[in-house]
Amino acid sequence: MTDALLKVQELTATYGQIEVLHGINFEVRPQEIVVILGANGAGKTTALRALSGMVQTTGSANFNGSEITNLEPDAIVRKGVAHVPQGRGTFPELSVEENLKVGAFIRSDNEIKTDMESCYETYPVLYERRMQSAGSLSGGEQQMLAVSRALMSKPILLLLDEPSLGLAPQIVEGLFERFVTMNQELGTTMLIVEQNAQIALAMADRGYVLESGEIAVEGEASLLVNDDAIRRAYLGG
Amino acid sequence: MTPYDERTWGADMDLFLQRLFDALTNGSTYALIAVAMVLIFKATTLINFAQGEQAMLGAFIVLQLWKWGIPMWGAVVIGMVFSGILAACLERTFIRKFDPADHLPLVIITLGLFLVINAVAAIIWRFDPLSFPQLFPSGRAVTIGNARLSWYSIFAFGSCLLVLFVLQTLLTKTKIGLAFRAVSSNLESSRLCGIKIGQTLQFGWALAAAAGTLGASIYAANPVLQIEPTIMLRALIFSITAAALGGLDSLWGALIGGLTIGFVQSVVVQYIPFIPNEMTLAAAVVVLLIVLTFRPSGFLGTKTVERV
Ligand SMILES: Nc1ncnc2c1ncn2[C@@H]1O[C@H](COP(=O)(O)OP(=O)(O)O)[C@@H](O)[C@H]1O
Ligand SMILES: [Mg+2]
Repeated sequence: MTDALLKVQELTATYGQIEVLHGINFEVRPQEIVVILGANGAGKTTALRALSGMVQTTGSANFNGSEITNLEPDAIVRKGVAHVPQGRGTFPELSVEENLKVGAFIRSDNEIKTDMESCYETYPVLYERRMQSAGSLSGGEQQMLAVSRALMSKPILLLLDEPSLGLAPQIVEGLFERFVTMNQELGTTMLIVEQNAQIALAMADRGYVLESGEIAVEGEASLLVNDDAIRRAYLGG
Repeated sequence: MTPYDERTWGADMDLFLQRLFDALTNGSTYALIAVAMVLIFKATTLINFAQGEQAMLGAFIVLQLWKWGIPMWGAVVIGMVFSGILAACLERTFIRKFDPADHLPLVIITLGLFLVINAVAAIIWRFDPLSFPQLFPSGRAVTIGNARLSWYSIFAFGSCLLVLFVLQTLLTKTKIGLAFRAVSSNLESSRLCGIKIGQTLQFGWALAAAAGTLGASIYAANPVLQIEPTIMLRALIFSITAAALGGLDSLWGALIGGLTIGFVQSVVVQYIPFIPNEMTLAAAVVVLLIVLTFRPSGFLGTKTVERV
C-alpha cells in the first residue's frame, strides 16, 4: 500500500461553539478518486471546508507530507489543493475567461495560456462564451467553469462539493465521465462529496459515509455499492 | 414677441447654462469622492465614512508640500501616494482584524477615523481657511451669452474622467485589479483561489484614498473656495448621495450620480426661491429617494442598498 496523499486524523470542525465534525479519520491515496457520501447536514461540506482552512478545526490533516490544518486558505491552495465549493462558486460578474485567470491566480509560469486553451478544448462551450459573464451561464456550464477554474491552479488534489447538485442526469453523467478522464490523464487525485451515491460510487475507488459528523462506514466503492445499509439509505432500495 | 421678452428669454437661458456649468464643477468633485467610496463598497459593501476626511488630510499634505517648494502637480502626486500609503496602514491596523461580514464595528471604526483625522488636521492647520494654489489655468474657456465656463470646470471634469479611465484600466488589466474584482464578486471563492483577501482590500483602500485626495485637491483649488479642516463635510454628504444615486458598486455610476447631484444642487438654489442654500442637501436626498424607489440599485449599480 502506498503512503496516503492526504491523511486526516481526529479532525473536528466547529462553527462558533457548535462542533459539527466529531473527530473523523480518512485518507486519500495518490491518484485515487474517493467519495464522501452522507445525508443533508451530515457535515460533508464542513469536512471539505476544514481541509481548505475555511473553518475552525482541531486534529490533523497531513497533505503531501505537511500539516495543513494551521494554514491560511491561500497557503493551502499553494500547496496544491483546489476546492470547487457547493453551488459552483464562480465569479458571476467576471467573464468566463477572467474566472479561469482567477483560477490561475497563484501561478506565474508561462503555461497559463496553454492550460486555458486545454480547458477550452475540454469544454468548447466555455470557449464560445469566454467573453460572457459567468453569471449568464447555465447550471451545467457553471459547473464546467467551476471545475476548469479549479484545474487552472494545477492542483494535486481536487475537492469537489456536490458537483451533481441541481443538474439534469445526462449532464451529471457527462461531468463525471470527465472527472474520470481528468483523473486518468492528468493524474489529479479527487475527493468528491456527493449525495448522488449511485453515480459517485460507480466512478470512485473508495468511499466513506458520513453520519452526523462521524464516519459511519468506509470501504471499497465496489463493496459499498452492494452494502445493504447503504443501498437502503442512499441508493433508494 | 417683444424685444423685452427676448431679452429675458436670453437671460434665462444664460442663467440656466451657468447653473449647468456650476453643476459640472461641483459634480466632478462629488464624483471623485463618490468613486473612492464605490471602490470600497464594491469590495466590502461597506461605506467608509472617513473617506472625505482622508481626502481632506491628503489635500492639506499637498498644500504643505507646495509651501515647502515642491511644484504643484508634483505635490499632488506625492500627496496621493502618501494618502494611499496611509490608507493601507489604516486598513491593516484598524479594519482587517474585524470580520468583514459584521458591519457595525466597521462602521463605528470609520466614524472614529473620521473624527480623529478631522481633529488631527485641525490641530496642525487650525480652522482658519487657507488659500489653495491653482491647479488649472484660470479664467474662462467658453462664454455663451452671459454664461461662463471656466477652465477650472473643464479640467475638474477632465480629471474626473481620467481617474475613471485609469481605475478601470487598473481593475481590468492588472492581476491585483482582477483579484480585487474577484473579491468583490465572491469572497469565499476568492479565498479558495489563493487570493489574499486582506492585501487585496488594502489595495482598494489605497486606490480609493489616492482618488479621494485628488478629488479634495481639485475641490480646494476651486478659485472660490479655501481649504480648512471642515471643507469635505458637506462634500462628503453630497458624495455619499451621489454614490448611492449612481449605484454604490458602479464606478461610472459615481460620475453620473455626482453630476446629477451637482445639477440638483445648483438648479434648486436658482429656481426654487423658498429653498435656502442650506437645504440643497434635502433636495438631493429627495432626488435620491425618488430614483431608488424606481431603481433600488441606483442608475448603474447591481447591489441594492441594504444597510447604513
Ligand atoms: N456557517 C455555519 N454556521 C453554523 N452552522 C453551520 C454552518 N454551516 C453548516 N452548519 C451546520 O453544520 C452541519 C453540517 O453542515 P454541512 O457541512 O453543510 O452538511 P452537508 O454538506 O453534509 O449537507 C449542519 O447541521 C449545519 O446546520
Ligand atoms: Mg453540503
